[in-house]
Amino acid sequence: MKASSFGYARPESLAEALELLARHGERAKLLAGGQSLIPSLNLRLSSPALLIDLGNLSELEGIALQGKDLRIGALTRHRAIERSPVVAAHAPLLAQAAPHIAHVAIRNRGTFGGSLAMSDPAAEWPACCLALGASIVVASARGERRVQAERFFKALYATDLAPDEILVAAEIPAAAADSRSVFLELARRRGDYAIVGVAAQARRSKGRLQDVRLAFLGVAAVPLLARRAMAALEGGPCDAAAIAAAERALGDELEPMADLYHSAATKLHLARVLAGRALAALAA
Amino acid sequence: MEEFFETTITVNGTPVTRRVAARTHLVDFLREELGLTGSHTACEHGVCGACTLRVDGQILRGCLMLAVQANGRKVDTIEGLSDAGEIRDLQAAFHERNALQCGFCTPGVLMTAQELLRDRPEATRDEIREFMSGNLCRCTGYQAIIDSIEAVLIARRRTGRL
Ligand SMILES: Cc1cc2nc3c(=O)[nH]c(=O)nc-3n(C[C@H](O)[C@H](O)[C@H](O)COP(=O)(O)OP(=O)(O)OC[C@H]3O[C@@H](n4cnc5c(N)ncnc54)[C@H](O)[C@@H]3O)c2cc1C
Ligand code: FES
Ligand code: FES
Repeated sequence: MKASSFGYARPESLAEALELLARHGERAKLLAGGQSLIPSLNLRLSSPALLIDLGNLSELEGIALQGKDLRIGALTRHRAIERSPVVAAHAPLLAQAAPHIAHVAIRNRGTFGGSLAMSDPAAEWPACCLALGASIVVASARGERRVQAERFFKALYATDLAPDEILVAAEIPAAAADSRSVFLELARRRGDYAIVGVAAQARRSKGRLQDVRLAFLGVAAVPLLARRAMAALEGGPCDAAAIAAAERALGDELEPMADLYHSAATKLHLARVLAGRALAALAA
Repeated sequence: MEEFFETTITVNGTPVTRRVAARTHLVDFLREELGLTGSHTACEHGVCGACTLRVDGQILRGCLMLAVQANGRKVDTIEGLSDAGEIRDLQAAFHERNALQCGFCTPGVLMTAQELLRDRPEATRDEIREFMSGNLCRCTGYQAIIDSIEAVLIARRRTGRL
């Protein structure tokens, strides 16, 4: 199907984009990689009066280590993250997750910021940001602010972004030397959105886990930190008993939504299986 | 009222300038405005890969990019790759191994395969499968496609083309 007609603007700076957005409000839509927005226009699920194309805002693109944080610009493509040696060194979880996003042709276009703004419950980047304790940087004509990932993803496809705000970057604490990470997901076919997935990171020293972070995708309207399972592991050895306790704890905190193919019980089972595998990998 | 935007795109090496509606997809612009019908459209929401194009050296979905977004960029289509002889060996391998039947998916498959050959010369068979997973084929069952790509990969490695 084809999209209905709309206006189009291609600002040359963030300031100009913010001004356009402030002027046109909810009648306008930001266009980043277009890999979620254009399908929804094609299917006529969305019909904005104006598209504001962020494509020329090179100031929003790039990966840089700034002090103790890795800053990833909103317009950075999935594929650039997948291939970045800086990401592999300082946020390996992202490098592990990237190949699970769609297919190469889509990863060449889709952006980090677009995925966070879209906030699909089964998307990889939101869960990774949650696991990594990222801070999301957003700008508007009123100025810039930072929101912790834990408060950014609010409800199904809804974030903390106000209608006049643009997501400009995420700042991710660089991984410690003793940090390990694992990203696992189950999908029906390669490249599909996940049925269930887990983004896990922890520091491991002398056989014990610290700062354990387990974030799940596909189990709720938003990505979820499994706090009870995290608590069951914190400070202890990651042995079979601890892993079993963490898997049990998931039953108390995850209330997965059934989808077309999987019941809530199936999803909980799959989340436990993935958690077990992820923790075994962290411990190995 | 539909608005039109002056757009200049270098298509297969030749710059073209047209006034296009914002909603026109790049693949439709190429097919309908320029008559380059080698790139196909099927699902029009990013799932099948029939519309695969190369923009500034990287493959993408032609149905998920607007023609106006390609302003100032270089677009290569299957016609361009074919005329330049860039994929002659790949085309020959597909022919030899019967890696196409109806041929609808083939232009997109070849575009993706060429990116794999340039990008991942060390790819294993499993990695070829993974890389090609975004291109659907309803006829061949994929084995012959993967065989052909693997054969070309090995041949290009041997002849130092990679
Ligand atoms: C076949 C297919 C399979 C896919 N599979 C996956 C998958 O497995 N996992 C996954 O995570 N994604 C998947 N995607 C989606 C893809 O990752 C998108 O790239 C991503 O969801 C959105 O990023 P984008 O840059 O393309 O954003 P766009 O499509 O341009 O925009 C998406 C939304 O975010 C808003 N937006 C974009 N950028 C900003 C910004 N900087 N500030 C504020 N708002 C903004 C837009 O207005 C729009 O509402 C798939 C897409 C396709 C077509
Ligand atoms: S027509 Fe573009 S992916 Fe199917
Ligand atoms: S050859 Fe017919 S779809 Fe692939």
